[in-house]
Amino acid sequence: MSAPVALIDCNNYYVSCERAFDASLCGVPVIVLSNNDGCAIARSAEAKALGIRMGEPVHLIRDKIQKHGIRVMSSNYALYGDIQRRVVAAIEPFARDFEIYSIDETFVDFAGFEHLDLVAHSRAMREQVKQWTTIPTCVGIAPTKTLAKLANAAAKKNPIFDGVADLRSEEIRRWVLDQFEVGDVWGIGRATTEKLAALEIKTAGQLRDMALKHSRGVGGVVLERVVAELRGVPSSVIETIEPQRKGMAVTWSFGSPITDIDMLMGAVTQYAMRAGEKLRQHGLVAGRLTVFFHTNRHKQDRPQYSATRTLSLQPMTNDGLTLLAYARRGIESAWREGYGITKAGVMLEDLMEADRRPRTLFEEDNERRSRLMVAMDEVNGRFGKFAIVPASQGFKRQWKARSDAKSPNYTTRIAEVPAVKAR
Amino acid sequence: MFEPIPICLSMPDLPLLLVSTPAGFPSPAQDDMEEPINLADWLVEHPAASYIMRVDGYSMTGAGITDGDLIIVSRAKKPVAGHIVVALVHGDRTLKRLRRREGRHWLVPEAEGFPETIVDEHVEIWGVVVGLARKYV
Repeated sequence: MSAPVALIDCNNYYVSCERAFDASLCGVPVIVLSNNDGCAIARSAEAKALGIRMGEPVHLIRDKIQKHGIRVMSSNYALYGDIQRRVVAAIEPFARDFEIYSIDETFVDFAGFEHLDLVAHSRAMREQVKQWTTIPTCVGIAPTKTLAKLANAAAKKNPIFDGVADLRSEEIRRWVLDQFEVGDVWGIGRATTEKLAALEIKTAGQLRDMALKHSRGVGGVVLERVVAELRGVPSSVIETIEPQRKGMAVTWSFGSPITDIDMLMGAVTQYAMRAGEKLRQHGLVAGRLTVFFHTNRHKQDRPQYSATRTLSLQPMTNDGLTLLAYARRGIESAWREGYGITKAGVMLEDLMEADRRPRTLFEEDNERRSRLMVAMDEVNGRFGKFAIVPASQGFKRQWKARSDAKSPNYTTRIAEVPAVKAR
Repeated sequence: MFEPIPICLSMPDLPLLLVSTPAGFPSPAQDDMEEPINLADWLVEHPAASYIMRVDGYSMTGAGITDGDLIIVSRAKKPVAGHIVVALVHGDRTLKRLRRREGRHWLVPEAEGFPETIVDEHVEIWGVVVGLARKYV
C-alpha cells in the first residue's frame, strides 16, 4: 500500500489573490485578464454563473460586463507569485514532502501522517492556508496523483465533500469515477478521448476497468499509466527535486501593433535581458536562442507575416548582453517593412547548470561581464525593474502591453503596500 | 610469509593554493564574528503570514502609531482584546485597538475625536499588528 497523496488546489486563484486586498471585489462577479488584457483567464464563481467562459476574448463580452457590472482586472503576476510562496509555506508543516505542480496546485505527500485522520488533517491544512493568505482551497486525497486530481475536482464540484474529498475508500472512489467523463481525467487529451469514445469508454470508471494491455495499444505507455493510477497503483511519486528546466521563454503581446524595427528592438532588448536574468536566477546557461515575432493572426484582412530565427549560442551563456546581441541578429535578418507586429518573444533552450558548462577553446575571460551582470541584477533588485537597462531598450517602453486595470503590487513593493485607515 | 606492502610514491591529491597567505598575527575578531542585525527577522515572526500596510490618519497616535507609519500585520496571531488590529469595517480597512466591554467587542481609537465601532457581522478582524517601522528623514 502506497502512502496517500493529496492535491491542494486554490479556488479561482487569481481572483482570490485580488480579493485578498480589495474587499470591494468580494461577492461580485470578477474576471482577470491575460497579458495585454486579451482574454478572461480567471473567473470568480459569480462570473462563471453569468456564463463567462475560460479564455473568452474580452471584446466579445463587453455588453455582458457592462450589464452585470463585472469587475475586470489585468493580471498581476508579482502578486500571484508572492501569494503562492505564502500558500506553500502554510502547507509545509502538514506534509513530509510536496511538489508545486502549478501556481495554484501543490501535491503533498502524506507518508508518515497515515496514523492521523487525514480528512481532519487536510481541513486543518486548508484552514491554515485560508488564515495566512485568505485564499480558499479544496483538497483531494487518494493513493495516486491521478486519483488525487479527480478527488480534488470532486471536492470542488460536489458540496457533500465540504472541500475535502478522500478517495482512499474503494466505494467512494468507484462512485466518483463513475461521475467523471473520461476527458476530465488528468493526462487524457482530446484525441485519446475520441479514441476511447469509439471503444464505448466514456467515464473515468470505464477507463479504470480497461485491460492494461489494451490501454497500451490504444494510447501507449502514457494511457497504461493513467489506467494503473486510476486503479490505485502509483506510477509517479511526489517529485521533491525540481526537474531540470529544459527551456524558458519571455514573450509578450503589444498594446498596439509595432511597425518600426527600432521599437521592436527595444521590446526584444527587454526580453533578452529578462531571459538572462531568469537564467542567472536559476544558475543556468543556454545553448540555443530563438527569437520570433508575428502579426495578429486573427485579423486576416491585414498583411500577415511571422518570423522565427534560431541561433546557436557559442559558448553557452547567461550573459544578458550576449543574448541581446544574438536576438538582434535574428531580428535584423528576419525583419520586413510594412507589417504591424503584435507579438514577439525570446526562447532559450539547451539549458544546463552554469557550473557544468562546457568551455570552448578560444573563450575570452568573461569575469568582468559576469560582475556587470551581478551588478545589474542587484541594482534592478534593489531599485525596481528597469532601474538599469541597455540604452537600446529605451525608457519610454511605447510597446508595452496593455494593462489598464492592474492592482498594486501589494506585497512586493513598499510604495504599493495597502493603506489602512486610522481615521 | 609476509607480503610486501607497495609504497605509493605519487603525491597525494592536494589542491594547489594560489592565494597569498597573510604573514601578520591572526585576528581574534574573525573568531567572534556574528551575523549582522537583521531588522526584518526581528520584526516579522511568521513571514508567510505577515503583511506590511501603510497607516493613513491619526486615530492611533495614543498608541504611538501615526500617519505614514508602516505596520506589520500578522494573520498567524489570534486576535484577542488588547491587541491593535486591522479590521474590515463594511469593506474598509481600519486600524484600531480591540477592546471587550460588557460582553461585546469594540474597535477603539487611541486619540480624541474619533468614533468607536462595535464588532458585529459587518466587521471582520483581518490581522493583528505585531510591528511598526518608521523612517525619520
